[in-house]
Amino acid sequence: MILRTCGLTKKFDGLTAVDQVDFAIEKGTITAVIGPNGAGKSTFFNLISGFLAPTSGEICYNGRDITRLKPYERARLGIGRTFQTTRLFEQATVLENVMIGHRLRTKLGLWDALFKTRRLKREETASREKAHEALAFTGLLPKSDRLVSELSQEEKKRTAIALALATEPEIVFLDEPAAGINPEETEKLAELMKKMVKKGITICLIEHKMQMVMNLADKIMVLNHGKKIAEGTPDEVKHHEEVIRAYLGGGISA
Amino acid sequence: MSALLNGRIWSLILLLAAVIFPFLTENQYYLHILSMAFIWAIAVYGLNLISGYTGYLSLAHAGFFAVGAYSAGLLMVKTGLNFWLALAAAILITAVAGFLIGLVSLRTKEHFFAIYTLCVGYIIYLIIYKWEELTEGVRGLIGIPHPAPLGPFSFETPRSQYYLLLFFLVLVIWMMKRIVHSLVGSTYTAIRNSEELAEAIGINVMKQKLVSFVVSTVLAGLAGALYASFVRFIGPDISYVSITFDMLTYLIVGGIGTLAGPLVGTILIVALTQSLQFLEDFRMLIFGPLLIALIIFYPRGIAGGVSSWLHNRRKETVFAAGMERTVNVKGESQ
Repeated sequence: MILRTCGLTKKFDGLTAVDQVDFAIEKGTITAVIGPNGAGKSTFFNLISGFLAPTSGEICYNGRDITRLKPYERARLGIGRTFQTTRLFEQATVLENVMIGHRLRTKLGLWDALFKTRRLKREETASREKAHEALAFTGLLPKSDRLVSELSQEEKKRTAIALALATEPEIVFLDEPAAGINPEETEKLAELMKKMVKKGITICLIEHKMQMVMNLADKIMVLNHGKKIAEGTPDEVKHHEEVIRAYLGGGISA
Repeated sequence: MSALLNGRIWSLILLLAAVIFPFLTENQYYLHILSMAFIWAIAVYGLNLISGYTGYLSLAHAGFFAVGAYSAGLLMVKTGLNFWLALAAAILITAVAGFLIGLVSLRTKEHFFAIYTLCVGYIIYLIIYKWEELTEGVRGLIGIPHPAPLGPFSFETPRSQYYLLLFFLVLVIWMMKRIVHSLVGSTYTAIRNSEELAEAIGINVMKQKLVSFVVSTVLAGLAGALYASFVRFIGPDISYVSITFDMLTYLIVGGIGTLAGPLVGTILIVALTQSLQFLEDFRMLIFGPLLIALIIFYPRGIAGGVSSWLHNRRKETVFAAGMERTVNVKGESQ
């Protein structure tokens, strides 16, 4: 078990966005978090990556309590993430964007830059090599000198993943990686994720494209109104009564 | 590579021009104006680091300029400290002030940060204005000595002072170039681009912002200390908000977030201001529309406009060369 949450809860004033969620992610698997809009999936991601502090509950990573750590500290421990909107620096090249991903593994300070120390050269070379490696892995090497603004939506998504890979993560949280991408490209993206798992990286993703999720995920958690309503293999979840009710409407409230 | 070489050649030509300039003109007035422009440019380079590269619009910059100027001025006038020691002390004092203010102000973002620092700048102004026992208030601080001689160099004449200021400006530009073109500089740009993404890839955003802010205030303080001993009189008005906006104008006209921007903008506007002196306050009728037009058509100022024009032209040549090659290959295969 690489990551686990216990009674994780986040309240915004009156609204409970995430409600007592107990959840575990196994190492080397693909886990998907699904649920209708407003179910609390993104809030759940933000709690795990540290952008929001939980109201109660805790998060354990490799047996260590990380509930109070800052986002950058979690990234340094090996928790990577991407955003729904990629947020890349559009006016810089793909390589420049991805190179900065290795910054957390460097010890560079202002003095290194001012005096062009040996460490600066060494660590800049290491960052460039790491970026090359991540770009080769994601199939973006031919595009590495292009400006991000010249890329297609799918290439931008892959660049964002390459950036996350450059941080040398153990687990990566992908927030709707296939949003706004055509079916054929979605297929390629799924392949990339399988490749990442083969390399030993654990993946957790939020996704609305059911077909992709059902084919890809080892385990699925379903959130609705902040509560975990189901958890299991794609087949189990597919036939879960409450899940069907949550997705097809009616049910509880009607 | 050839572009880099060109860039280097251009900087050398510019530097050479700056070095021989005092021998080209007998007019002390031009020398004075250019020396002043050098001082402002140093401060604007500081502003550029935090506002241009790191994305935090600081409006306290005239305040930090004044902290540097008054620290150096007071130490020299009231305790008779040597200029060089006073300069070092002024830099240290501004750095500490920048650190403390940055620690608080950098918790705010975007326009809140701008408003917060605007207030900080105004508070610095009020302190200088009201604390007469220390700063002499509105009377100002008079009789600040020239820079003390350093070994064989003395700085009594306008020409020698010009070279001293040029030295500091070149030093600052060289420092900025090193920072901006390194992974340390791209860390700042990453923060400007998206603080959340930067945080998510493991960058200690608060620490990086603080370093950038302190460096930017140190440059403002350095410029202030040089100003004090160059003009030899300082009053509270050097910390006034309008000075911050002058610096911001230089930066925006020259090109915010570019390496050449602060230099280009400062020299251009300072020179323009001087040559339009006869229009008095009606100068603003020229500056206003100029600024608006520039922001609409060249949001990254003159330096940014030129560099994207060069970029496009290079792309076109590459494209044309590619086309030619395709045509040739086709011709050969026939």
